[in-house]
Amino acid sequence: MSNYHRYIVIALSSSALAVGTGLSLYAANAFAQQEERADAALNQLVHEPPTMEDLEDSDLHPELKKVIRYGYDLFTNTQQLRGEYVFNDMNCSSCHLGEGRVPFSAPVWPAAITLPDFRGKNQHVNNLEERIAGCFAYSMNGTPPEYGSDEMLALSAYHQWLATGAPMYPDKPIYGRGFPAPEQPETPSYARGEAAYQENCAICHQEDGSGHYENGEYVFPAPWGDGSNNWGAGIARVETMAGFIYQNMPLGQPRSLTGQQAWDIAYYINSQERPQDPRYTGDVAETAERFGPTFHNRSLYGQTREHDGHVLGDHANFGEKGDIQPWNVGMPRFENLSEE
Amino acid sequence: MNIPGGESWPRLAGLNSNYIAKQLHDFKAGDRQNATMVTFANMLDDQQIADVAAYYSQLPATPGQGGDNADEALLARGQQLAERGDWNAYIVSCQSCHGPGGQGVGETFPGIAGQHAGYISAQLNAWKSDTRSNDPQNLMGAIAKRMSEEDIQAVSAWYATQPAAEGEATQ
Ligand code: HEC
Ligand code: HEC
Ligand code: HEC
Repeated sequence: MSNYHRYIVIALSSSALAVGTGLSLYAANAFAQQEERADAALNQLVHEPPTMEDLEDSDLHPELKKVIRYGYDLFTNTQQLRGEYVFNDMNCSSCHLGEGRVPFSAPVWPAAITLPDFRGKNQHVNNLEERIAGCFAYSMNGTPPEYGSDEMLALSAYHQWLATGAPMYPDKPIYGRGFPAPEQPETPSYARGEAAYQENCAICHQEDGSGHYENGEYVFPAPWGDGSNNWGAGIARVETMAGFIYQNMPLGQPRSLTGQQAWDIAYYINSQERPQDPRYTGDVAETAERFGPTFHNRSLYGQTREHDGHVLGDHANFGEKGDIQPWNVGMPRFENLSEE
Repeated sequence: MNIPGGESWPRLAGLNSNYIAKQLHDFKAGDRQNATMVTFANMLDDQQIADVAAYYSQLPATPGQGGDNADEALLARGQQLAERGDWNAYIVSCQSCHGPGGQGVGETFPGIAGQHAGYISAQLNAWKSDTRSNDPQNLMGAIAKRMSEEDIQAVSAWYATQPAAEGEATQ
């Protein structure tokens, strides 16, 4: 995340401190209040996406409403696609909290107003569908529904509808985009991270990171292990994980941890095993090197864990999806276009 | 205390036994306050607490009181808070901790479906005003503090009308 984003977060948290009750202020102010909205001064694009109640009240075509509702349902209960497109224990809303609408929880509508654009991760121009497909292949450890399929159309309709009223290709940075990481005072520590995880997170995500299903129904997702995202997912980067944690966890208490705690816990979580990256070449060092500059330089993939000498990602365990290869991974585009 | 439209004491039947035991220990230790309950809890030793908790957990749950007169709009708001929350106010849905249908998750997150409306609202108000703070990690307090009086009425009425989990005896 850019320094610009960092600056905002700091500006925001200090203004909250000034008023005294950072937490409850944030609570009331996630969307609309001035105190945390240094953004006006900072010249950012602030957009408040519509709610599902707004959808019902709108005069969109009833057929479109049906499709947006289906997109919402897929987004918040992606487990209905388990075994077909999803092979881990997550919903889209496991990481994009609050139905993909909440600032600092990677709200998804920015994709609808900034794409098509070049994407560093796969080195070509992506549209909204391809961006969504990316989260299926990595974050959901799955394989995406076909472009243009009912599922894909419904999901993109939901994303685009959330962007209602926001300008296409905005000329300002977007308020609350992504998972901006806090400052990192010291190098993260595995031991400190483990202790802080057990103290603040294990009550829901379990000591072994396996999450929790109650009577077969989703409750708490798995931050690592077979039920989690694979090594190629954005949140496997330590900085992104630190940002996610700082801005969103423990559930209901955003920004209650220190920046250092968030980085320590992120380092600890991302030092655990998870399903193999679908871009795996058969060799972890080779994969780490090939995708280093565009991705793995910011994850711990291929590195040796200090306390037990384990090489992270050195296995052929793809989780529940087994040998299904997500069809969108490595698919080239526009290769015959000339430079000018 | 008698709140019209709902009992302000809890239905214990069918709650998780370890959750009941934790509450009794919290009353004894002064971590949760209630004059009647403290007197009662103080009479029990650890074994008796375990026995009482096990006894209640195995009784079949009775229906929650106090939701029947709520109008449709209030119940709709209650259902929304229970199942989806209201993220504009950073109110996380109740079911993301209390589990699908508010049936409870393990021993930490008690079942709240089929609880009396008066008890639910009294507890939410207690967390809001810092008179109850025995929840682990302030998990419940952080949510309750963001709720308006109307939100509290709505979600209490909604859960009172929902079926409770089966008691431990049937599991
Ligand atoms: C394991 C966590 C996780 C899950 C589950 C997940 N995502 Fe994401 N998603 C991310 C991360 C991390 C990013 C990148 C955020 C950033 O910019 O730093 C992201 C980004 C996005 C974006 C781009 C947002 C932008 O600002 O341009 C879209 C769109 C998106 N995800 C859609 C989805 C959809 C649809 C699903 C479900 C099929 C999903 N995600 C599941 C973690 C997740
Ligand atoms: C009260 C329960 C609770 C606590 C405590 C909690 N989480 Fe979560 N966490 C959740 C829930 C629920 C979600 C998914 C959100 C949803 O589905 O609405 C989640 C999502 C996540 C995710 C993204 C999905 C995944 O599993 O990778 C990560 C990472 C995470 N939490 C890490 C943490 C960390 C680190 C802590 C401690 C600082 C923590 N959580 C504390 C309940 C909790
Ligand atoms: C972040 C997690 C979390 C969320 C979200 C949450 N709760 Fe709770 N709740 C808890 C925990 C933990 C306890 C147990 C407190 C204790 O151990 O004393 C609890 C206890 C309660 C109790 C007391 C039950 C009893 O029998 O003593 C009520 C009532 C309650 N919650 C209602 C709600 C309602 C209504 C909502 C939604 C508006 C909600 N909770 C959302 C974590 C949560």
